[in-house]
Amino acid sequence: MRMVKGTPASESQKGLKSSLVSQNYFLPCSCSADRDMEVILPDAANFRFSTSVVSVDLLTSEIVRLRLARPSGFQYHPGQYITLYNAEGTGRTYSLASTPVLDPFLELHIRLVPNGIVSSWVHKQLTVGDTVSISEAIGNCFYMADNPDQSLLLVGTGSGLAPLYGIVRDALHHAHQGIIKLYHGSGTMAGIYLQQELNQLAKNHNNVEYTACVSRISQATELDAGVVHGRATAIALQHNPRMSGWRAYICGEPKMVNDTSRALFLAGVSLKDVYSDPFIHSKP
Amino acid sequence: MSEQSLYDQIGGEAAVDAAVDIFYRKVLADDRISQFFEDVDMERQAAKQKSFLTVAFGGPNNYTGKDMRDGHAHLVTRGLNDSHFDAVMEHLGATLKELNVPDELIAKAAAIAESTRNDVLGR
Repeated sequence: MRMVKGTPASESQKGLKSSLVSQNYFLPCSCSADRDMEVILPDAANFRFSTSVVSVDLLTSEIVRLRLARPSGFQYHPGQYITLYNAEGTGRTYSLASTPVLDPFLELHIRLVPNGIVSSWVHKQLTVGDTVSISEAIGNCFYMADNPDQSLLLVGTGSGLAPLYGIVRDALHHAHQGIIKLYHGSGTMAGIYLQQELNQLAKNHNNVEYTACVSRISQATELDAGVVHGRATAIALQHNPRMSGWRAYICGEPKMVNDTSRALFLAGVSLKDVYSDPFIHSKP
Repeated sequence: MSEQSLYDQIGGEAAVDAAVDIFYRKVLADDRISQFFEDVDMERQAAKQKSFLTVAFGGPNNYTGKDMRDGHAHLVTRGLNDSHFDAVMEHLGATLKELNVPDELIAKAAAIAESTRNDVLGR
């Protein structure tokens, strides 16, 4: 559970990941109360905010970038996610690619799902200035400034780049010193986006490396310069066969997240250092 | 003076934390048994491995024979047998050895783990 009023006793936070501890998550089974506390269920997003559309841009044929005004009082860590509601109240969760200190807006990367209720609505109907409703930010896949020298590996597929983009920029904002390696994968070039921004980040920061990976190619496929053929996880492991002491962030399809978690664990990443966010699909 | 518990002698929760990565990595890398972990959720499984080690180390737990039985029943139908249980026992011993736990304590932990065999294998 998560305590929204009061601070959990450290005894009740034993064994939890540091990103959960910092958000006042605790284990009710080992928490004894000596004063009043207010708690909510772990996945409950407590508040809703009303906000307006700043921009809607089609980045590739598969990905729309939606920027929303950041409502006053809206707190978040880059990499956490929110639920975006359409006018009928149908909601879908999207990760935050923006960074509160660097961006005045909230940025979401929305994959266009065929017949997707919310993604189609964003793409076809939303225009600048429209009012939309969002939940508060939740989730524990975000940068922790507790070990600035640790090597970071970030692996994401499709719009799983959104949280990772937020996390990389957040880490750099916190002057992270360890190496940061980002692998973004997609079946086709249509899922590869933000290349320019990421190449620029890598150019500006010696400790940042960015690799885009495309897994399905035919003879006719033209890969952009710097794009590698293969699956992101496989390429990441090829480049970094031993990763003990690293911290890993993995975002994308649930199966890819689980398989990658296992592969990175076997390559030496400690279980407590695996942060992941499986994107679970809603039925269209 | 009462004798220190096995759990405390091995090193308590810190020992479990140190052991879980080493132990689970050995299990997943072992072709004899890795098939049973193919599609399991890594995070949930890690918590279960931690519970298992806590039990084996004689630590505080709420596990019953029925939990062990129910939790492994679907694996028994997939062919889980003594040879797989033996493999896990091997990794438990090797993990503790790697952490420099004295032999007599390893033997005690192994005996506790061994006591779950019939429940795990649904006998």
